Amino acid sequence: MPVPDALEFFIDPGRCIGCQACIQACTECDTHKGQSMIQLDYVDRAHSTQTVPVVCLHCDSPTCAEVCPADAIKRTEDGIVQTARKARCIACNNCVLACPFGVPKMQTKMNLMMKCDMCYDRTSVGLKPWCASVCPSQALAFGTREEMARLRPHAKPVNTFQFGMQTIRTKVNIMVPRDAPTEIVDVTAAIHEPTIGHEILDDVFMEIPDGGDA
Amino acid sequence: MIPSQRGVEGPRDLDHGTVPPDGRPMAEQPKWRRDFPIDWAQDEYVSRRELTKFIVLTSAALVVGQFWIVLKSALARRPAPLVGEPIASVDELSIGGAKTFTYPEGSTPRLLVRTGATAFVAYDQQCTHLLCPVVPAVELGRLHCPCHNGWFDLETGRPLAGPPQRALPRVLLHVRDGSVYATGVEASAT
Repeated sequence: MPVPDALEFFIDPGRCIGCQACIQACTECDTHKGQSMIQLDYVDRAHSTQTVPVVCLHCDSPTCAEVCPADAIKRTEDGIVQTARKARCIACNNCVLACPFGVPKMQTKMNLMMKCDMCYDRTSVGLKPWCASVCPSQALAFGTREEMARLRPHAKPVNTFQFGMQTIRTKVNIMVPRDAPTEIVDVTAAIHEPTIGHEILDDVFMEIPDGGDA
Repeated sequence: MIPSQRGVEGPRDLDHGTVPPDGRPMAEQPKWRRDFPIDWAQDEYVSRRELTKFIVLTSAALVVGQFWIVLKSALARRPAPLVGEPIASVDELSIGGAKTFTYPEGSTPRLLVRTGATAFVAYDQQCTHLLCPVVPAVELGRLHCPCHNGWFDLETGRPLAGPPQRALPRVLLHVRDGSVYATGVEASAT
């Protein structure tokens, strides 16, 4: 059963208070064996408490699936990119490295990539994803576009990003200030920054000299 | 490449499936991309189609094979009954002696062994394991295949030891007027 078209997911980092309720709620869900599929990234831990929740943005052309050598990552008709199919995933980490948003997580103990599937079991029957249902500041919101425009007059959703030469359109929207000029967020801008909230400890991009066009 | 500004604010176009990164339609994509679709429904379709193809073709091959076997056995010519042929004279071999012969003409080599005054036995010389020629070991009452140390009973041709599992095909003999005649060949039995 597909997720209803009218309902969309909105991430509003400006509203995030870092309470970690989303992580707790996600962890308690049984469909992914007690692992949290949402990440709460600190923007600059040394100087700020600002956090950004990151769920899978469900790209129209998912890079994780493009790079999967085992043909394990599939996208359902409603645009949800599902967790790797267990029988196919070879735990090669390609998707983990390739995702512009750092979403897929390799569960080494299970040899399986697991990622946010927007609580497919809930959203496909019209319920909110766990994280959106518990978020006290509604930094994670699930609803219609009209509802969002009415409730947040100063923000607008953006779902197009730039990753190097690749333009990415996503199912999940990021809320940005409405008055700000429309600009496409370049995800690669921060590629040489140290990784945060990421399970890969080695920075794979350290070998690339500065200014190299990744 | 200048990123398209279209759709930055508008709702997504939900009618299409996964768009390849270069944005061209699926028909223009390389074969591997069409063979390994990202969309769940197409992927399921490919798997089902492959399975159906496999089942249909394998079943068809089995059916054709069955008919082929039936047709072959129906059309096969039955070999003419063998006629007796003299293969040796009694005096030619001493007791314990052996010689090879072919029966019927053009067959694989057969082995004739004289085991007594009027007692002869004859078998196919090819070991039933891997077709090495067997040699008589008359003093042991056996036939020996030296390739893999296989042993056969000289009296019956049954395997005694080693890798062979089936008996040597036996040549039926008839001794008359000082001559040994081969009169038929018994198929190998386990």
